[in-house]
Amino acid sequence: MSWETVIGLEVHVQLATKTKIFSAASTAFGATPNSQACAIDLAMPGTLPVLNKQAVNYAIMFGLAIDADICQESVFERKNYFYPDLPKGYQTTQLEKPIVGRGSVTIQLADGSEKAIGIHHAHLEEDAGKSTHEGNLPHGMSGVDLNRAGTPLIEIVSEPDMRSAEEAIAFAKKLHSIVTSINICDGEMSQGSMRFDVNVSVRPTGSSVLGTRTETKNLNSFKFMEEAIEREVERQIDLIEDGGIVAQETRLYNGDTKVAKSMRSKEEANDYRYFPCPDLLPVLISDATIEELRQALPELPDARQKRFVSQYALSDYDANIIANDSNMSAFFEVVAEGSNNAKLAANWVMGELSGALNNADLNFSGSPVSPQQLAGMVARIEDNSISGKMAKLVFEAMWKGEGTADEIIQAKGLKQVSDSGALEKIVAEVLDANLAMVEDFINSDESKRKKKLGGFMGQIMKASKGQANPQQVNQILLQKLNELL
Amino acid sequence: MTIERKEIEKLATLSRLAIDEKTIADVTGRLSSVLALVDQLQSANTDSLQEISRPFHTSQRLRDDEVSETDQREAFQAIAPETHNGLFTVPKMIE
Amino acid sequence: MHNYTIAELIKGLQNNEFSSVELTQHFLDRISQINDDYNAIITVTGEQALNSATLADQRLSLGDAPAMCGIPILHKDIFCTDGVRTSCGSKMLDNFIPPYNATVVENFARDGAVMLGKTNMDEFAMGSSNETSFYGPVKNPWATDSVPGGSSGGSAAAIAARLAPGATATDTGGSIRQPAALCGISGLKPTYGRVSRWGMIAFASSLDQAGPMARTAEDCAILLNCMASFDEKDSTSVDKNVPDYTASLGNSVKGLKIGIPKEYFSEGLHPGTEVAVRKALADLEAQGAELVEISLPNSELSVPAYYVIAPAEASANLSRFDGVKYGYRCENPKDLHDMYCRSRAEGFGEEVQRRILIGTYCLSAGYYDAYYGKAQQVRQLIQQDFSEAFKSVDLIMGPTCPSPAFKFGAKGDDPVAMYLEDIYTIATNLAGLPGMSVPCGIVEDKPVGLQIIGNYFDEARMLNVAHQFQQITNWHQQTPEAIS
Repeated sequence: MSWETVIGLEVHVQLATKTKIFSAASTAFGATPNSQACAIDLAMPGTLPVLNKQAVNYAIMFGLAIDADICQESVFERKNYFYPDLPKGYQTTQLEKPIVGRGSVTIQLADGSEKAIGIHHAHLEEDAGKSTHEGNLPHGMSGVDLNRAGTPLIEIVSEPDMRSAEEAIAFAKKLHSIVTSINICDGEMSQGSMRFDVNVSVRPTGSSVLGTRTETKNLNSFKFMEEAIEREVERQIDLIEDGGIVAQETRLYNGDTKVAKSMRSKEEANDYRYFPCPDLLPVLISDATIEELRQALPELPDARQKRFVSQYALSDYDANIIANDSNMSAFFEVVAEGSNNAKLAANWVMGELSGALNNADLNFSGSPVSPQQLAGMVARIEDNSISGKMAKLVFEAMWKGEGTADEIIQAKGLKQVSDSGALEKIVAEVLDANLAMVEDFINSDESKRKKKLGGFMGQIMKASKGQANPQQVNQILLQKLNELL
Repeated sequence: MTIERKEIEKLATLSRLAIDEKTIADVTGRLSSVLALVDQLQSANTDSLQEISRPFHTSQRLRDDEVSETDQREAFQAIAPETHNGLFTVPKMIE
Repeated sequence: MHNYTIAELIKGLQNNEFSSVELTQHFLDRISQINDDYNAIITVTGEQALNSATLADQRLSLGDAPAMCGIPILHKDIFCTDGVRTSCGSKMLDNFIPPYNATVVENFARDGAVMLGKTNMDEFAMGSSNETSFYGPVKNPWATDSVPGGSSGGSAAAIAARLAPGATATDTGGSIRQPAALCGISGLKPTYGRVSRWGMIAFASSLDQAGPMARTAEDCAILLNCMASFDEKDSTSVDKNVPDYTASLGNSVKGLKIGIPKEYFSEGLHPGTEVAVRKALADLEAQGAELVEISLPNSELSVPAYYVIAPAEASANLSRFDGVKYGYRCENPKDLHDMYCRSRAEGFGEEVQRRILIGTYCLSAGYYDAYYGKAQQVRQLIQQDFSEAFKSVDLIMGPTCPSPAFKFGAKGDDPVAMYLEDIYTIATNLAGLPGMSVPCGIVEDKPVGLQIIGNYFDEARMLNVAHQFQQITNWHQQTPEAIS
């Protein structure tokens, strides 16, 4: 029996506004508990919501970025349920007339193919607070921090167009790159800036009927999402093959323990009793506002990818990786412009730098090596001042904070020797000191000679303390050896 | 239209109101009579009428995205039923 | 001094006949002597009042003080008052001391008015008799075995008993007009959006409006001048110029067209009330107004529509009372669910719980279209009735209530009987129109009110006509026997 997986995503994106969606309290991350929860956020009696213009603008910008219709008269509804992190006992959200309608996003897969993933709609809503159940709390009690309550979110609902974990991750990453590229979200997954709910179902290949789906909520890393999806698909297939039925339920996946479980039914079939919020009026958006935002929309990842190919002659593959990470893109462009070698810049940014940042659990904004510094170093590779190998040393030193590339090259005397006179001298000296090797070279077959060059190279690099320009050395060596033949 | 006891219990759960045996019968009776009143609405011809909340068509005013609320945790938590280290505390929630 | 109107008190203060401190002390003394008889006031803010009065006197001596400077008033206990308990008539908020002021309270404080205290009311503004308050019922000063009306029963009774010259109140289905009528005073519910709802504890958000109560229309105009304002903190507040409501009080009523809805004079209207109201209309006719019979054909639907919309909105508005952040929390909750259910069942009275259940029902899956959706459509029918009528008349008038004040417990077992008390007032809230009530007779020793309904933002004209009516009649000067 061959199975097809059907996946849909609901993504909660925290908008990077300064204040909450309905109050003027700050949304800054990391504040002491309840220090950014004003009377409105606490649902004090008699308090009323007033809508944040920037939140509306950011939602419109998202809609424009996915080619969706913008609903020019959208409405807020109340979604009623009880939970301590929901101070009003209802969440103000959108149901019937969400601000962003149908749109679509293109994902690029590993095999080079592209696929369009539909977005059903995106709507504005307010975030809830945070509850803690462990830590320094009185026995049998949970604690509630309402700082996050009222933070503006857009909830993006996809069509069930994905057919594998790979597609789902690609979609999630593409959304991440879009929202960070247009600067409506800071993209800090570890801070909860983007959270994913994954709807997964399976069906026999070829069937057009959807299977029962389960929802795994609140995943905040791509890795965990991938694991959760793969486990859930396996679980559902095993269950059905054993004669069981998949129950429609909500699940949680713990990325640290790798355990997935069904949430004890929060409430049997929660009836949210949606109705239009009478404290808010319909949000009317003019053509002029939409046009203004469209003109000001920052470059989108797909457009940036095309530009990297045409402007910097990057390969599609490299352009795709860099363009879809707006922090990496920004970093890369500074290095490329500053060093005049986009290819090298791309290699260093995608390779050494990304690797080092990853190991240190940092992101580009926290990089100890600034893009200007890296540009400086790549420029020295480009102008042959240092070899690629030397550059690694320079990079490590810059990472440790030892200064700019030039300062380090100077301090450590790493400047590559490219003076042909000096190099000739070194090569001659090495040949003189290794007559047996020279003899062996001359007496070898032509086919074996190339390999033997390595031995000489090693000696020459050692004699020059690694500073000899390898290409030039190679040239001189070959020349001298040929003279001896 | 009479309302069933089971329905009342469901409503009480949805609205988090503890409702005891004694009051269920009383509430059932009273609610049924109120619902008989509101059923009169069904006689109205409302074809092609919009649902309307307010009399004049106005649009939601938008607020500039500037912080103006300060930290008033102390004042607010002074009137809270229970707090601990700046958190509001409630009996543990079962997930 | 307690028999003076606000207008007279303003002159008195300006002419130095007495000081605000003397005036305030006088009312505080009256309150401590008399309030227990009527239970109109929940919290008296004596010390704060005298401090405000002292400051007001200083301001008055400098000249050019606002009209309300130094005038003592009461606030309905639905308006949040910084540092002063705001109970909304409920055990749920018996311990609630807000750290902020409602805009209405702020407006009066800014103008130097003196707050004497917070008045009693039906719990969470749900009621027409002030029998549901956690703090006990309010008694009508005209007949202490009878209700003062509700939900602003405390404010109305306090003015009738001369415990204050003016008070703030709120009206969602008639809660200013009906108690004003039953207590023989004047009260006005402005156009929806005219007065800010910030800090006013919400019952039904699309219907609630704050308004003044006092003995005369002129006093209501003075109070409204202070209460009305555009407030950025309230998204439903209308950004429209506030006129001086006292400026046009003197206009003549000649040529005014007054619509008399035939639906408001049918069975169910007490004959004594009908006589008084028709006499009042004849008085206005004699002054040159023209009476025109009109029809508001969908009037009958207003009570059912209201009793879907108001409880539905209230059921959501009252969800915030959960024992987590403020207000009542039950003792020894065994878990979270228990905490919610018992805090709310113990904190809310029966009528509030009933309305929450009805509201929840009307919004439930499967019922929304038939109830809430339908009621909001019917609302448009009702608005259309009024728009149509206002094409041919300037104001609409009729009785405020079907009968004079009923006895306590008279509407006890049948909630619908109580709901029908609001039959003439509810449509104005559904349409968002302004409405007011002025005294127009005494029937069976109890007062009866004339209701005036205006077009949107036409409060100035309504107050003008009411004031002219009060120039040719003296119902508004009548005092309950126990008080005179």
